[in-house]
Order: sequence, then C-alpha cells, then structure tokens
Amino acid sequence: MSIDRKMAWRNIWRNPRRSILTICAIVFACTLLIFMLSLQFGSYDTMIDFTVRIHTGYLQIQAKDYQKDREIRHVVPKPGKVGDVLADIPEVESFTYRANAFALVSSAERTYGVLVIGIVPEREAHVSTLESMIRQGEYLTPEDGTGALVGKMLADNLKVGVGDELVVLGQGRDGSVAATVLNVRGIFASGQEDFDRSSIHMPLSTFQDVFSMRGAVHEVVIMGRSLDNLAAVKHDVYEQVRDLANHHSLVVLDWKELMPGLYQGIQMDLVSGFIFYLFLIVVVAFSILNTFLMAILERTKEFGVMMAMGTTPGRLIRVLLMESMSMTLIGIGAGIVCGILLTGYFQVHGITFPDAGEILQKFGIPDRIYPQLSWLSITIGPAAVFVITFFTALYPALKVRRLRPVEALGHA
Amino acid sequence: MHFQLAWRNVWRNPRRTTVILIAVIIGVWSMIFLNSLSRGFLVDLEENGIATLTGHIQILAPRYHQDPVVDNRIEQTAEVRRLLQAELPPGSVWAARVCVNAIASNARHSSGVTLVGIEPDKEARLSFIGGAVSRGEYLAPDDDIGILVGQALLDKFETKLGNKLVLMSQDTGRQIGSRAFRIRGVFRTQLEFTEKQYVFVVLPAAQKMLKMDGAVSQYAVLLPDSEMVDTVAGRLQQAAPDDLEVWTWKELLPLVKAYLGMMDGFIFIWNLVVFVAMGFGLVNTVLMAVYERMREFGLLKALGMRPGRILQDVLIEGFYLLSLGLVIGNVLGFVSVWALAQTGIDLSAVAAGSEYFGISRVVYPVLAAKDVIMADVTVFVLGLLVSAYPALKAARFTPVEALGRT
Repeated sequence: MSIDRKMAWRNIWRNPRRSILTICAIVFACTLLIFMLSLQFGSYDTMIDFTVRIHTGYLQIQAKDYQKDREIRHVVPKPGKVGDVLADIPEVESFTYRANAFALVSSAERTYGVLVIGIVPEREAHVSTLESMIRQGEYLTPEDGTGALVGKMLADNLKVGVGDELVVLGQGRDGSVAATVLNVRGIFASGQEDFDRSSIHMPLSTFQDVFSMRGAVHEVVIMGRSLDNLAAVKHDVYEQVRDLANHHSLVVLDWKELMPGLYQGIQMDLVSGFIFYLFLIVVVAFSILNTFLMAILERTKEFGVMMAMGTTPGRLIRVLLMESMSMTLIGIGAGIVCGILLTGYFQVHGITFPDAGEILQKFGIPDRIYPQLSWLSITIGPAAVFVITFFTALYPALKVRRLRPVEALGHA
Repeated sequence: MHFQLAWRNVWRNPRRTTVILIAVIIGVWSMIFLNSLSRGFLVDLEENGIATLTGHIQILAPRYHQDPVVDNRIEQTAEVRRLLQAELPPGSVWAARVCVNAIASNARHSSGVTLVGIEPDKEARLSFIGGAVSRGEYLAPDDDIGILVGQALLDKFETKLGNKLVLMSQDTGRQIGSRAFRIRGVFRTQLEFTEKQYVFVVLPAAQKMLKMDGAVSQYAVLLPDSEMVDTVAGRLQQAAPDDLEVWTWKELLPLVKAYLGMMDGFIFIWNLVVFVAMGFGLVNTVLMAVYERMREFGLLKALGMRPGRILQDVLIEGFYLLSLGLVIGNVLGFVSVWALAQTGIDLSAVAAGSEYFGISRVVYPVLAAKDVIMADVTVFVLGLLVSAYPALKAARFTPVEALGRT
C-alpha cells in the first residue's frame, strides 16, 4: 500500500461513527435504487411480454397504412410467400397470420359490435397465449371451419355458452355483405377487460371466405427467440422480405410501433422515476457533503504542517479524494450487495400490492410483481451515486489549494 | 435563554449548518414538488374520469352497470326526478341519459361507439361535452337529427361537418333500430379514446330510435363538492325506489380509486425514503456539533447543569435546523409548483403514453394540503427523533472525562 493510500485509509477511521453513518447513507441510496429500478424493469418486462403474447407478437408485417387506419382493404395479399421467406430466418421462432374485421355479432338475445379476428389455430398456438386462456370448452382445431372463441365478458353480455350459435354480420374486403353462422367452441379470459369484452376469434380460412379476402391477411405475426436483439431481427426480416415488401408496399413493425401507448407509457414511467431518483441522490449528496467538508476543516492545521514540509497541494487533494472516494466505494459495494440480496429475495417471492389487483390487471400483470435484476438495474443507480458523490467530494478537496501554510499553521 | 443559546450554537459553524440546511431544504422541496406532481396526475385522472360521463353519482337500473343495454332501463323517471329534486344539495347538477353500445357507419366505414342521448342544456354543465365542441354547434334541445362526434372519429370516418352518420343498435323489441343523423358539431377532448368512443344525440331522438318509450339508461349527478359524495349517495340509496341502484364514481371507476389509494401509500413511502437520505446527514451533523463541544458540555455539567437541560438544548438546536429547513423548503416548493402550474407539463411528446394511462396531454401539478402536511410532519417528527441520538450522547458525557478532552 502506498503511503498516500495508507493515510487516506487511516483518516477514514479517525472518526469511525461519522464514516459509518456516511457509508450507510450511500448503502441506503444504492440498495433502494437497485431495488426500484429492478422493480420497474421487471414490471415492464411482464407488461411487454403479456402484450406481445396476446396482441402484437415481436414483429408484424402489414400493409403500409394498416396500423394507422385498420381498414379491411389494406392487406398483405400473398401471405404464403412471406411465410416461405420467414421459415428460413433462424431468429424467427414462429409466425402466424391474422385478419381482422369489425362486425356485428348476434346471439339469440343480443347484438354487439366486436372485433372479429381470423386465426390459424395451430400456428397461433405457437405465437400467442390464446390457447392457454381458454376457460370453458376447447381451443379451435384445424378441421373446425365454423368454431369461434369468445371473450369471457362478451360471452356473458351475449348470454351465450359453449355450443351456442352466433351470427356474424359485417362488410367484406370488396364492400359486399359478409355474413356467417359460427358455433361457440371455447370461451377465453385474458384478464384484460377490453380484450375479453370486445373480440372473437374464428378460423382464418372461413374468415377469408366470408369477408371476401381472396387469400389475403392483415397481419403476419412473428415471434423471435428473445426481445434483446429485436432491432437486429427486425432488420433481418426486413432485408429478407424487402423485394416482396416493395412489391406490395408492406412494412415490418415491431411491438413499439404496434403498441406506441405501451412503449411511451413505459418511457414516461421511466423518466418520472429518474426525476425522483435524481432528487434522492442530490439529497444524499448534501447529506454526506458535511462529512467530507469536516474532514478537511478539522485538519487545517495538519495540512499546514504537511505543506510546510513540502507536500504539494495536488498530493493533498489526491489523498483527500482517495479518502472520500474509498468511503463512497465501500458504500456502493455494500449497497450493491444489499440491493442484490433484497431484490433477489423478492425476485423469487414476488411482491403483492393490496388493492392494486385491478390496476395491475389492466396492464397485464398478474397479482404479483417480480423485480428483475439485470446488469442495467444493478449498475445505473450506483453509477449515478458515484458520479454525484465524486463532484460532492471535489468541492471540499479543491479548497485545499487555497490553503497557505503559514495561515493554516496559525489556525486553532 | 435556552433558545437564544441554541440559536447561536446553530450558527457557530455557518458552513456546516448551511450544508445540512441545504440537504433538508432540497429534501423538503423535492417532497412537496414531487408530491404535487403525483397528485396532479391523480387529480387529472379523477377529473377526466368524472367528466367523461361518470359524474359523482349515478342512478342505474339493476344489472345496467355489468350489462349496459336497453333491456336494463329506468322506467319510473317521474319518481327519480322527484327524488333528485328533493334530496340533492343546492348547486347540484343532474340529467338523464340514454347510454348504450351502437354501431356507427357511413358509406365507407363502420365502428363500435357508445350512443349517448342527452338533455343538452343540463348535460352542458355536467360532463365534458358542454365545453368540448370545437367546430360546428352544440346540440339544441329540439334538434332531433343532430349528432356530435369526436374529431378522431370524424377523421377515421373520412367525413365532415354536415354529413350523415347512421347509428344502429338493438332496441327494446330486440330488433336492430337504426337512424340517420347529421353531424352538427365536432368535439375535442384530452383523450383520443373519448373522441372515438362517444357520439351524442338529444335524449328524445335516442329514445325514439331504441323504442324506449320515455325510459332512460341512467341519471348522472354532479355535486358542488366531491367530499359530499358518500353522504348524498347514502341518502339517495335510502330514498330510491327499491329496484334502482345508486353508484358513486368510486364504484364506477374502481381503477381510479385504486390509483388514489396506491398513490397515497406511495407518497408516504417516498417521503420516508427522502427523509432517511437526509436523516443520515442530520445525525452526522448534530453529532459533530456535539462532539466538538464535549469540553463545553463537561464544564456545564461540572457547574451543575442537569443532563435533561443538555438534552433539551441539543434538541432545540435540531428544532431550529429543521424548522428553518422546512420553512425555506416549503416556500421553494410552493413557488416552484406555482411556476409549473402556469404552463403545466406538456406530455404531447408522449401522447400515446399519456393516453395509455388515461391522463391528459397537459398535466398541472396540484398542491394538496394533506400531502404538504404529510411531508412536513414526517420531516419534523422523525427529524427530532433522530436528533435525540446525539442529544442523548451529549447528556451522558461525564464531566471529568469530557473536561480531559482537548
């Protein structure tokens, strides 16, 4: 250990109580930040995963204006060709086709306007969680041409159960009347009210006949293996389908573009979180500034002696910064350990919030939130604490430059 | 004398005192400022909810809330009108509505909407629609074919003011009732969802289209003061005909109520967190001030001062520090909230995100007395509590030992 480092280290422990309190403040800030950020990231992951798995998939290929207008005439004309290309892209885990139309759905007693979604049952099962959401009856089988899956709340409102008939009446792609009779095969509950209240699923082939789609679909829904390299996968998919896309004016959209509300909502939450954390760190910084300041003001005489013996101000500043930054680093180290332990515990056991069930459900989070430790959530908070503490420590340390040995020695 | 002594002691080391004061001030200021932001979001959420056709209280037919169809309607309208006239406090506004799902269509488009039949003059004071018409005109009470639609719906349907719009919905005879209306006015709101979802016609037109024969879907009530909701709702429930239900906005908007409850908890916890952050510094500073004066305390004790007095003196110093920090922090908090309230926080850059949470594009901070009090009390009480630790240390110095220290 060099002599400077030894001096800094011993200086810290001259007043152990004060140093420990200072370190505690840093530990507290780091632990809290790691926990909060992990909690935020964890709930975002759950929300994204939920949405992606019931609504959007990671990526979709659509006609250029479909996302904006949701018009039945904006179609992907030859989905099979797109599928052939997708099947050869290794990052694409699975994909399916969907077509959507707004239509009147009537039971014996009631009529509602709902979103009718045409799906390919066996493909859909690999892409979305629809199959696992069936609460009554069964999922659609590939042979089943007239089956329908109805959301739980819609089924209640229509007063239908499994086996009942539904009449669908809408407008086809060419403007013709689209009408058919379906049998309720299964009833699903996603937990998200809007979805369960306003949609039914039917086989895509029947949908295409009824709505005069002439083999076209609205969405090619793609699942990748992981969200981490989404941008790369999107680029790959785009490169592969570019010729087809240019020809039929198709676009490749990721979930952020498909669900801008969710994406911007997360950004808003994150930004407001950062504002809160920034205030907290500044309070901590002022809270510990006194320790750094006192460590210097108390020792003016000592510095005078050292300078009189030839210690340069630069070296003094170095020793002082070493002293304060060692405290910070001990605090940060301990804070990271505490943060990981605390977060790790809840990552396994989950956190429940009383009365928050409905809020969480709206955003697709089951009754418990699981914080998610990641390199990002572990490092952001402590890094911010480190930077701000460093500047805090700089102010008192630089004061030493103005010290004159004679005056300092005269100091009581 | 104690107070004077303590005040002078506080300023013995002005730099140190200033630093810890800044910590307390920033802490208190950030609590008040951030609390008012959170409160602003909540108030916005609540007001949007209440203004978007909820009102404070609704009188509904049984099962209408779960299943808002014409089958669940209120037929004893004369009775309900009498009840409302008798029971509501002065200054209340109430109106009848028909409110059911319908399909709107024109030549090119069709979409699910909520058809709202209103009493135009009363409704204007009750919900958002009164002030929201941006082009064209508001409905006149006898305007039998006029309809108000949102700007977003107008765009989606690629239509314009004066054009026709056909509405379809199931009538009381289980047939599909349909009628053509003329777009009389276009409204804009903070939430695009509202613009796409609701269309307004006059009450008699809706009743005729749905063959309701004078019946309505709901009565909505707006009270002069939202604090009165529960008592008034209780009175109405008592006096209402047996087969009608009285709902408050808290029951109609459970999500908003849950947010309110969660936010109260969150604000309290965050105040605690900020306090802990400044608490470490506070203890440290008072501790330093005490240890520096060890000799002095020893001397005072040797001269016969009782430990209780020393404890008291140190606590008074803490009291001064905290009070000063609280006053300045509060002033800064008020000023910054006031400044921000002039412009509001513009969220249009993340409009889709604010829509997702159900809040407006511009949100204003709201200073609620209870949030300010909660922040101040937390800092003051806990602050004194943690200053007790160094104060006790000072009270326990023994004269001989203390005097021996340099």
